Formats: sequence, C-alpha cells, structure tokens
Amino acid sequence: MNHEAFGLSANLFAFLDWHEFFFLLFAGVACVAAVMVVLSDNVVRMALHLVLSLGATAGLFFLAGAEFVGAMQLMIYVGGTLVLLVFGVMLTAQTQLVALRTPAGDRVIAGILAAALLAVLVQAAFSIESWQKPGQGVATAPTATPLGMALVGVRVDQVAEENLVRPKGGYLLPFEIVSVHLLVVLVGAAYLARAKRRRVPRSVDLVASADSTKPRSPVAASSTLVAGGPK
Amino acid sequence: MAEFLIETIGLPSWLSWTAIAGLSAFLILNVIAGGALVFIWAERKIAARIQDRLGPTRTGGRFGWLQSLADGIKLLAKEDLMPDGADALLFRIAPYVSFCASFCAFIALPFAFDVVGQRLNVGVFFVVAVLGLEVFGVILAGYASASKWSLFGAMREAAQVVSYEVPLGMCVVVPVMLAGSMDLVTIGEKQAGWASNWFIFHDPFTFIIFWVYYTCALASVNRAPFDLAEAESELVAGFHTEYSGLRWSFFFMAEYGSMFLVSALAAILFLGAWNGPVPVSQLLGLSDGMAADAPYALRLLGCINLFLKATAGVLVMMWIRWTLPRLRIDQVMTTCLKYCTPIAAAMFAGVMLWQLFLPGGLVAGSFQNAAGVREGWLEQSNNQESVNEDALSDIVPSRRIVEVSR
Repeated sequence: MNHEAFGLSANLFAFLDWHEFFFLLFAGVACVAAVMVVLSDNVVRMALHLVLSLGATAGLFFLAGAEFVGAMQLMIYVGGTLVLLVFGVMLTAQTQLVALRTPAGDRVIAGILAAALLAVLVQAAFSIESWQKPGQGVATAPTATPLGMALVGVRVDQVAEENLVRPKGGYLLPFEIVSVHLLVVLVGAAYLARAKRRRVPRSVDLVASADSTKPRSPVAASSTLVAGGPK
Repeated sequence: MAEFLIETIGLPSWLSWTAIAGLSAFLILNVIAGGALVFIWAERKIAARIQDRLGPTRTGGRFGWLQSLADGIKLLAKEDLMPDGADALLFRIAPYVSFCASFCAFIALPFAFDVVGQRLNVGVFFVVAVLGLEVFGVILAGYASASKWSLFGAMREAAQVVSYEVPLGMCVVVPVMLAGSMDLVTIGEKQAGWASNWFIFHDPFTFIIFWVYYTCALASVNRAPFDLAEAESELVAGFHTEYSGLRWSFFFMAEYGSMFLVSALAAILFLGAWNGPVPVSQLLGLSDGMAADAPYALRLLGCINLFLKATAGVLVMMWIRWTLPRLRIDQVMTTCLKYCTPIAAAMFAGVMLWQLFLPGGLVAGSFQNAAGVREGWLEQSNNQESVNEDALSDIVPSRRIVEVSR
C-alpha cells in the first residue's frame, strides 16, 4: 500500500539484512575482544574482554537458533570466567601482579599454537560448500527437548524420522558416566576444602593466623578479603 | 506482530522488524526504570512505617509520590566523581554491565501468554544464567574503585552469588520437572485454572521449595539480610562507595530490576504465572481455557496479574529488609551450604518420588496428572516443529531476534 512512500528508504536499506548485521556485529565483537585479551596486561581487563568475547559467541549461537547451546555458553563459559575474574581481582589487589609481562619464549610458543589452530579453522571454514542462514533449509526447531530426551535414552528425532518401534538408545551411558564423574569431583572438592578441625577451629582464627604469617598465600588473602579483613 | 505490519499496513519488512524490536526494548526499559521509581518510593514509605515514621510526605502533593522523580533529578545534577587511582575504563562501564545483565534477563521473561520479548525454548535457563552475570558489574566496580571498602564489598558479593547459584538452580529445576518444559510460557500455561493448579500447591515438597527459592533469590539479588556487599555499618557503602550521580543510580536500577525479575520468576514458576487464583474468564465463558485463542484484553489482564504477584514479592523483600538484622558472612555461607542446598536437594528428590508414585495427587483428579503433562510435552514439541516449518515458508531472517507476540 505504502510502498512508494517508503521507496527511497527501501532502496537505501535494501542491503540492510538484520541477520547479517547481527552476525557481523557479534563476530566482530568476539574477534576484537579475543585480540584484546592477548594484548592487555591486566588480569581483570583480560577477564572482562574474555567475557565480552564469550558473550558475543553466545549471541552467535542464539542467532543460529541454538538456544540451548547459547544459554549453556552463558552459564558455563561466561559464568566460569566470573570465578577467573574473582581470582584475578584477588591476585592483583595487593601484590605486584597488576601488570603481567609475558616472556618472549612463551610468546613464540603461543604464536605457533595459535597459527596452527587458525590454519585448521580456516581450512575447515572454507571446505564448507555453502553457508546457510537459519530459515534457509537449516532446521530451527526447538533443540532442548530432543536433546534432553536423547540424554535419558530416547532419540525422539529418530522416532519421528524412521517410525522405529524400538528407538535406538540415546546417550544414557555417556550421560551417566559424566554425572558420576562430576559427583566424584564434587566430593573431592568438598573433601579438600573442608575445615581441618584440629588446626583451625573457627574461621575468625583463620583470618588472624593468616595475618600473623609473613608471606600471604592467595588462599589466606582470599579468606581475609571475604571475611572483611583484620579489624 | 511484525507480520501484521508487513501484511496489513504494507511496511517493508526491515522497517517492521526494527520498529517491533525498538518497541519491545522500549517497553522492557520502562518496566525496569518505571519499576525502580515506584519501588524506591515504596521502599521509603515501607521503611518509614516499619520504623514508626512518615517517610516522604510533601513532594507531589500527598504521600510524596513524586519523591523518586525528585531524587532522580538531584542525581542527574550531582557531580560525577572518580577516584584518582581508579581504573578509568572499568570504573565507567561497571554500572552499565550490571544494568545490561538485568535488562537482558527481562528479554526472555513473559508477562502474559506470548507477551514476551523473545520466547525462548530454554527460557528458565537463560534467565538464571543471565541473572548470574549481574555480579560482573559489581566486581568490576569494586576492583576499579581503588578503595578497600569497594573491594571487600565486591568480593563478598562474588562469594555469595557464586554459592547461592547452586541451591537456586536446584529450586528452579523443580517446576521445570513438573511442567516438562524449560519454556517459561509453557510453565505458566500448565498452571492455568484454579489456584490448586499452581505449582506451589502441587505437593508438600514444592511448598517448601518455594520458600527455599525465595531465600536464595533474596541472596542472589543482595537484599537484606544478605546485603553484605553494601553493609553500611562496616564497609561505608560497599561496592558503590566511590560512585555518585547517574552511575550510582544505574546500580540501583539494576538492583530493583533484578528484585522485580526474581519475584516475577517466582510468580511464573510457583504462583500460577499470569493466571488468577480463580479462572474467572473461563467461568464467564469468555475463553475456553486455551490461552492461545484468548483475546488481547485477557492477555492484558494476565499482565496485570503477573505484575501484582511480582510486586507483592518485591514488597515482601522490603518488609524482610527492614525487619531482619544483617547476617555475618559465615552465617550467609552456613545458610547456603548447610540449609538451602540440602533442603533443596531433599525436596527435589521428594518431588521426583511424588511424580513417580502419586502423579494424580492424593485426591484423584485434584491435580494435573503427569501422564497428561508428558503427552502434552511430546505433542507440543511436534506442534512447534510444524509451526516452525510453516514459518520457513515466509523467510524473514530477523524473526528470531525480537518478536513481541504472534
């Protein structure tokens, strides 16, 4: 109806494709932030740039319609960097680690590794014949439910596709192995972190003893920070 | 809605999508900012009444209802200070990091059936994940301020938020298990009907786990009695000691935004979402209980319903804040690790067994039965696939980015 009224702007914006715009935006942010991680010498700034880069990657996942993977990226990677940030703050708050200097040998090794990885990735990226957007033949169906069903042993997607009477077992065994593994890790962490009853009866004493010793270990410093420091 | 603009009015598609995206961003921003204005005023009035004072009475005539607006103008005019030793870049962006996290979580939060910025298949997961990112701003602020009070406050908050995410996640999983979906809209729809359908009344375990969730939510948004990050008696003002003016107010908008967000999430997960305690529209014959066909006026009523429930949650938070004394850090950790986490785990197992052995509830027919839920789940995923196949025919690449409603 009003196509003429918008004709000029439509011509101007004919190239404006929001999907490509956001793809370029997220990809650009991810790359620039990743480079900034390497270039900055402050641990906290590095962590911030890492968060930006990983967050932009999550944005790419959402853009591709992989909502579950995107939320996972936010929860695990970006949330995990949070702990990294906490340790960065703890380390740089009181010692001379504010500015990190990388030895030249490390730079060379890192450069070789990065170049090798880049070569593999570039080769993989250009070996794909044609890239497709979501909605152009790539399925954009919800991914969480089939994933969850597959993890507990029912491949819903295969039931729908092949009309199998007895669907193939999904990923129940790997899922169980990973769960038990994580449980063992948690128990181990709790065992390592538990208070040693004979040496440190109360957390207040822990702080006091941390103050009296000459060199501060990061752990002692952290407990001082959390508990509010010596009075 | 964008389809409506394209097909009926004939706007070009890029313009429609931009307009709809802008509109929903504008609405969400107003929920946060307007909510902060109202809640700050309410907080002052409630604090005053609990302490046997009057609170603001003059600004704007009666009740001092324009007080927060006056405060906002004062904050705008305040000098923006930055300490000498501060890390300038991090100090400047920290408030916006907090605010952005709060804002992003609202994108996936439905206010009524399909009245949602972007309906996500993994809505609960997304909201909880993004909510945990708000602490980034606080840590950056504490670090960049170059002040020991800020640093102490930020470290306390980090320790607190990281540990409370564990029981919070466990509590959130229970409604997901009952509804058989991580989609917040589906979870809300499963509780339609009488109040006995609400997940909090599903069985004794969910009743207990709701209160565990509320406690953890209180801790994860740093409200008293868990507000160690800004303990004014020992840390001056905690992480925002060095902030003033507009940057400071961004922290507060983020805080009130998250308070509203966790209360709204509690309402959606446990308190029947946008469904009232009595299915009035169904009894009057205005709708047949299928929300997808309900007229827009009913959805608006659903919005009001959810806002009322979430506001009630926020008011209870204020009531708690001005009633209970602040906990010590070791008491905060004890509450999390020795009480919240084991209780949440036990209740989770309890709900699981209840679903296994008493899926229909104690009285037959009084609750939804689990088989129906499971069938609905599979059926629904098939429906969604077919809907998506329909959507493939009219390819609009940006349809995934923002969609207000269908």
